[in-house]
Amino acid sequence: MSDLTNELISQVREAVDAKETLAISAGGSKVFMGRQIETDRKIDVSGHTGIVSYQPVELVMTARAGTTLAEIESALAENNQMLACEPPRFNSKATLGGTLAANVSGPGRPWFGSIRDHVLGVTLINGEAEQLRFGGQVMKNVAGYDLSRLQAGAMGGLGLMTEISLKVLPKPATTRTLKFTMDQAEAIQRMNAMSGQPKPITAAYWNNGELFVRLAGAASAVDATAKSWGGDELAPEIASVLWADLQDQKPAIFNESKVWRFSVKSSADVLPIEGDSLINWGGAERWYAGDHDFDRMVTLAESAGGQVSLYRGGNRTEEVLHPVNPSLQTLQQRIKASVDPQGIFNPGRAYGWL
Amino acid sequence: MQSAVASPDRVAKRQRIAQRFGEFIDSHYVISDSETLKPYECDGLSAYCEEALIVVLPSTVEQAQKVLKICHEENVPVVARGAGTGLCAGAMPHGDGVVLSMAKFNKILEIDTEARAARVQPGVRNLAISEAAGDYNLYYGPDPSSQIACTIGGNVAENSGGVHCLKYGLTVHNLLSVQFLTMEGELLTIGSEGLDSCGMDLMALFTGSEGLLGVVTEVRVKLLPKPERAQVVVAGFDSVPKAGDAVGEIIAKGIIPGGLEMMDGFAIKAAEDFAKAGYPVDAQALLLCEVDGTDEEVAEHIEAVETLFRELGATSVRTSQSEDERARLWAGRKSAFPAVGRISPDYYCMDGTIPRGQLTHVLLEMQKMSEHYGLRVANVFHAGDGNLHPLILFDANVPGELERTEEFGGKILELCVEVGGCITGEHGVGYEKLRQMPAQFSDSEIEQFHKVKRAFDAKELLNPGKGIPTLRSCQEYRSLDLDLTPNAQVTANRNADAGEFRV
Repeated sequence: MSDLTNELISQVREAVDAKETLAISAGGSKVFMGRQIETDRKIDVSGHTGIVSYQPVELVMTARAGTTLAEIESALAENNQMLACEPPRFNSKATLGGTLAANVSGPGRPWFGSIRDHVLGVTLINGEAEQLRFGGQVMKNVAGYDLSRLQAGAMGGLGLMTEISLKVLPKPATTRTLKFTMDQAEAIQRMNAMSGQPKPITAAYWNNGELFVRLAGAASAVDATAKSWGGDELAPEIASVLWADLQDQKPAIFNESKVWRFSVKSSADVLPIEGDSLINWGGAERWYAGDHDFDRMVTLAESAGGQVSLYRGGNRTEEVLHPVNPSLQTLQQRIKASVDPQGIFNPGRAYGWL
Repeated sequence: MQSAVASPDRVAKRQRIAQRFGEFIDSHYVISDSETLKPYECDGLSAYCEEALIVVLPSTVEQAQKVLKICHEENVPVVARGAGTGLCAGAMPHGDGVVLSMAKFNKILEIDTEARAARVQPGVRNLAISEAAGDYNLYYGPDPSSQIACTIGGNVAENSGGVHCLKYGLTVHNLLSVQFLTMEGELLTIGSEGLDSCGMDLMALFTGSEGLLGVVTEVRVKLLPKPERAQVVVAGFDSVPKAGDAVGEIIAKGIIPGGLEMMDGFAIKAAEDFAKAGYPVDAQALLLCEVDGTDEEVAEHIEAVETLFRELGATSVRTSQSEDERARLWAGRKSAFPAVGRISPDYYCMDGTIPRGQLTHVLLEMQKMSEHYGLRVANVFHAGDGNLHPLILFDANVPGELERTEEFGGKILELCVEVGGCITGEHGVGYEKLRQMPAQFSDSEIEQFHKVKRAFDAKELLNPGKGIPTLRSCQEYRSLDLDLTPNAQVTANRNADAGEFRV
């Protein structure tokens, strides 16, 4: 664990002075995401690690951006707490900063919120090499604009994050997993119906004709719900591997050469896309593999009330995220310029025009 | 600003702009006479008032768009307004500006029962969403105390909270998409019907931006299934530290209550006198702990909470046994503000947030300040999420008392920042807390906020002089940091053009 804040500030300052661009990296676990970019220099945050403060009773942890999720989760586990957004750990390489920059969250997201929803505050170095702190270490803070949660999904284009404060949650007392056999259309309908009930559901996904539903919370509530919902129950050790694999994006579909991620209305009809598919987040996140036409995928995403990205593979020098209309493009360019006037941080990583 | 009211320039400008609005909005809804402007001169924080140039109430997005375009062209400031229930003077008019009331946008456009979402216009009341969704056993999570009157557009602008934040989050956690107009009159949509969007999180930036970045025209919110059951445990303690410890112990046990509220001795007595909720009036601290969920879960957790309170030395423990009793027990807490209002001519509500572990320290320090300023203070506290609401009791008719109150309040907020918290948890900065912003943010951070503002509103016409202080006023604040002289001229010397405090 070490604090490299001053070194990072100097490196940013050098880049600003030399008018050079920087590619931010840490664990390197999400290199495949976003666009492929060429920059003058690289800036490595992987050595900037460590949990700065953690008070279990406050449900708040602050850690340096290069800290791995593995380290964070192990500290939390000692206190029977968790990162409820369940971000992918990618073989223990994923870091907190990268996770927030890419805004990736796992199976529990619809019920517990995303990594963005767990952020309480962020310290960052802006494009003028100033260290700035937004948000805080308390649950509620509405002073000033929220430049901390704004970082979610920005792919490092809005400054170099150095420290992040997060809300953490107690682990549920009991977890049980149910399995049902059905086709995708029925699964989408069932997942939405289940999510609409005041029951302790905390994950639901469908793949290869099987629907898996996780119940977690007070033992009495989980047991009563499991009994009334039926299905086949998975043995706890099998279930925990199943959910961990889904969280870490290990199912076969994630390793195909071209992977598409849809974030859509949970109840949207089955998308007419051929090939392998996996439906997560109770219907709200849908994964497809295959060599599909980008524009067609965009049209389908919009018809389902949401957005699409080419998550992995394909030509990554072209756009890979859902297109943005010209007005919102201009607005995002202005916001980027307000934080990073010379455009030094990860230029073009999210969008070619940003 | 009094001199400006009568100036011939102002009269001419008012006539000209009103006439332009009158070309496309019924003249009844273009208000420019002093008598009708009066109700709009403040929001829920009536200590700060200003007469608007014009108040306009469009009823379509196209009309609101035209209003903004005209104001942009004429360089007229615009203050958007929902129900005007805000508590930070964020909706106080600009003396040379237009108040854009969204009150007529009051329709619930769609309730999607399958995907559990509602699409509503910005002037729809917070509670009305839950009432409409209630027919389908759904509700909208965030429930600010003003939910009977406050509107969803204002909730988005303020990132409103409520008593259920710890478990269900703030407004920002319960939105799917927001449609808004920029100052230039451009209609933009952020978010979607999915849970997240590609690229930077504009929704997070926009939520809580206090009407400085855009005017909300439509919102899609998430709806939650109504819990099967909710019960509240009310426990009295003979000291604040004991109650504070009990809060920590509940969390440590892994229970996340739906609501967890604390009141101090003064607030307990005031609330009991007013609402007859059945509170133990001899207690020094009261905890209200509500657990919601399935029948089984609530039964299990209620038992655990009762046992824990007894073990930790509660002097009384009472659990609601019916919906009626639950409502009665909450009535005391929910009426704490008016209850305190009854025993004092005026009260001033603060909104700092602190790490829960600092509660005892902060309450003791506040007690010392209360003696120093000779002003009583009652405390109600969202204990679950660390959000304090100290109510300072004062009499505005006693010369100097309002100013002493403001200074006392300012010192409380600075104390919150000192112990690792912030100056506002849910009410917003608005006009009221501009002075304390430099306690929480450096000049570079404040400057960064201004740059973000200009990215949305280059001419800085949307709600100018609110939310973010000018750098000059920050420097003045810092130079006066240790000076305890009463800032008696704060309100009198308000500069409405720049939003600066001249102390």
